Amino acid sequence: MSAGAQAPVIVAEGLSKRFGEREALRGVGLRVSAGELVAIVGPNGAGKTTLLSILAGVQRPSAGTVSGAGAGRAAGWAPQQPALYGRLSVAENLRLFARLEGLADPAGAVARMLAQTGLQERADERVERLSGGNRQRVNVALGLIAEPPALALDEPTSALDPGQRERLWEFVGGLARAGTAVLFSTHHLGEVRHHATRAIVLADGELLFDDTPARLIEQTGGERDFEGAFVAFLKARGH
Amino acid sequence: MRWLLGKDLVILARSRLLVATLVIYPIAIALLIGLAISRSPGKPKVAIVDETPPGQTISVGGRQVEVGRYAAQIFDQVQPVAVDSRAQAVADIEAGRVLAAVVIPRDIAARISSGVSQGSVEVLYNGNALEQSLVQSQLNAALAQANVGFSQRIQQAAAGAIAALLQGGDAAVLGAPPDMIGLSQIPARLKEIVAHQPPGAEREQLERIEAFATFAAQNLDAARGALAAIGQPIAVKSTPVQGRRTPLDTFAVVVAVSVSLMFVCVLLAAGGLALEREEHVLARVLRGPPALVSREGLLGEKILLAAACGFVLALAMLAGVGAFVSLEWSRVGQWLVALACGGVAFGALGVAIGALAREVRAASLLAFGLALPLAFLALVPSGAVSHGVYDAIAAISFVFPFKAALQALDAAVNGASPGLGVSAIHLLLLSLLFAALARVGLRRLE
Repeated sequence: MSAGAQAPVIVAEGLSKRFGEREALRGVGLRVSAGELVAIVGPNGAGKTTLLSILAGVQRPSAGTVSGAGAGRAAGWAPQQPALYGRLSVAENLRLFARLEGLADPAGAVARMLAQTGLQERADERVERLSGGNRQRVNVALGLIAEPPALALDEPTSALDPGQRERLWEFVGGLARAGTAVLFSTHHLGEVRHHATRAIVLADGELLFDDTPARLIEQTGGERDFEGAFVAFLKARGH
Repeated sequence: MRWLLGKDLVILARSRLLVATLVIYPIAIALLIGLAISRSPGKPKVAIVDETPPGQTISVGGRQVEVGRYAAQIFDQVQPVAVDSRAQAVADIEAGRVLAAVVIPRDIAARISSGVSQGSVEVLYNGNALEQSLVQSQLNAALAQANVGFSQRIQQAAAGAIAALLQGGDAAVLGAPPDMIGLSQIPARLKEIVAHQPPGAEREQLERIEAFATFAAQNLDAARGALAAIGQPIAVKSTPVQGRRTPLDTFAVVVAVSVSLMFVCVLLAAGGLALEREEHVLARVLRGPPALVSREGLLGEKILLAAACGFVLALAMLAGVGAFVSLEWSRVGQWLVALACGGVAFGALGVAIGALAREVRAASLLAFGLALPLAFLALVPSGAVSHGVYDAIAAISFVFPFKAALQALDAAVNGASPGLGVSAIHLLLLSLLFAALARVGLRRLE
């Protein structure tokens, strides 16, 4: 397991999650430092969304602990399907969550997020009328409104076209460069190679790999791209 | 909670179709229920075939009763359509111009006057089962009423004849001799005659006749009373067992307002909570610790919003209806308590439904599906169904808030029993129960 040189902003130890008879996570532990861009990959049902939702405080683990850098929630949260009020405008959504977060200056936070997401001109537009890419930006902005040290993104680009994906990664890259730790799950493995500084591979709820994407390619030997290395890695471990 | 409340009000204000539906639908339902309960059923169109000659009379106890008078009593209960023949009546029924036909035969007078056979009328029906049931029950009631009137005429005639027999004089009974001696006078006259008779067989005979005359006069007098009792064997005296008697029109108002309150509150609360889930915001709002909004706070906000909207609408309805129906405005404080308690209980039921449904449409459908039968069941009177079914209905009505809200509002508006306090406590307990169920429903996210 690798970790950044800086002090961790998220420390998860022995995370397990059980849904009835099914064990979605089995003793997963990780440390994430500020500015890291951590990709969580794995086949369907591997436990990626469960891990991210536990880190963001959406679900409680059956066992294990999560601690963050601050006193509040360990990470901001941007679910796969944008969690927004469609009949409210972009600014109204941001203002509502700024107030619910108890921020001292909600108007300032709204202005900051509008500027950061480049949605100033769409501020008064109802969310239900935005494109998928802009909705995802608002979705991410809501996860960031309280300036959390880490942000959990669940398949943020799954419903976006290539242009929208590229713009979102520019935005997310900017966040990481500014010091926010970003954890994201994805099935677009090319994104892992291009954008992630670290890859975590999950299968059947177990953490199988935690290092740089380049290291995974090295480990599988002979594979030229991350996707081939990922498939070979899982096959070698019986998945 | 206030930020969520403000957000929901903004969303509500932007959902004009929803607001219009929530306002217009319950008002329309309320008006229909109010009209259905407060108005007597309309008179069915019935063809009348009167085959009797005009002005024909029936002789009863020496008095003449017009056949037309008997027919008029039937006409009074229906919307009569005079037709010339039975064939025409059948054609009108088949064409749907009338629901039924009553044929009064030519020989009805002769049969009744004979004193040995019943007069009869023929009734022809058509239409669906409901229409048949309606017209049949109205005609049966009309015929029964006419028969009662007729039997009273016979009883009066018979009583007159008995009186003439007892009292004598110039009786107005057909065939009676002038200055006839009355049966009640005979014992005294005989007593005088017997007193002047010497002892012997003749005197004994006269004494026996005198004893019989005394006995006959006494029993015939008693028969007159018995005839009066037969004319109306059972008299009805109405006494409400509990509380004040609620006038039908104000009870209809209470039903209409309760139905509207239920629909608005249940639909708003259920839809409001389901919308949070449908827009995937619930997880964002509730994630923690600490949560942006507690689960209890979220449920409380939805209940409060629904109860407030329902309260305003129901109060406006009461005020509006008050212009047409006499309501006691001095009780307005109690109205507010009843509406508030009812609104909160319906709101709690709504959030319980909303916590079960994953989307607004499913929540609305579930809310409609539950609310309609609840209102229907709460209005089923005891005695209308078997004991077992009524007990089941009563149990269902007890664990859902409609009947309790209806009783609370009836107590507040009409002073009916049980009192407002009992119903209000019942509603608050149900509010806690459904809010707890909604809380369990939300836990499914964890």
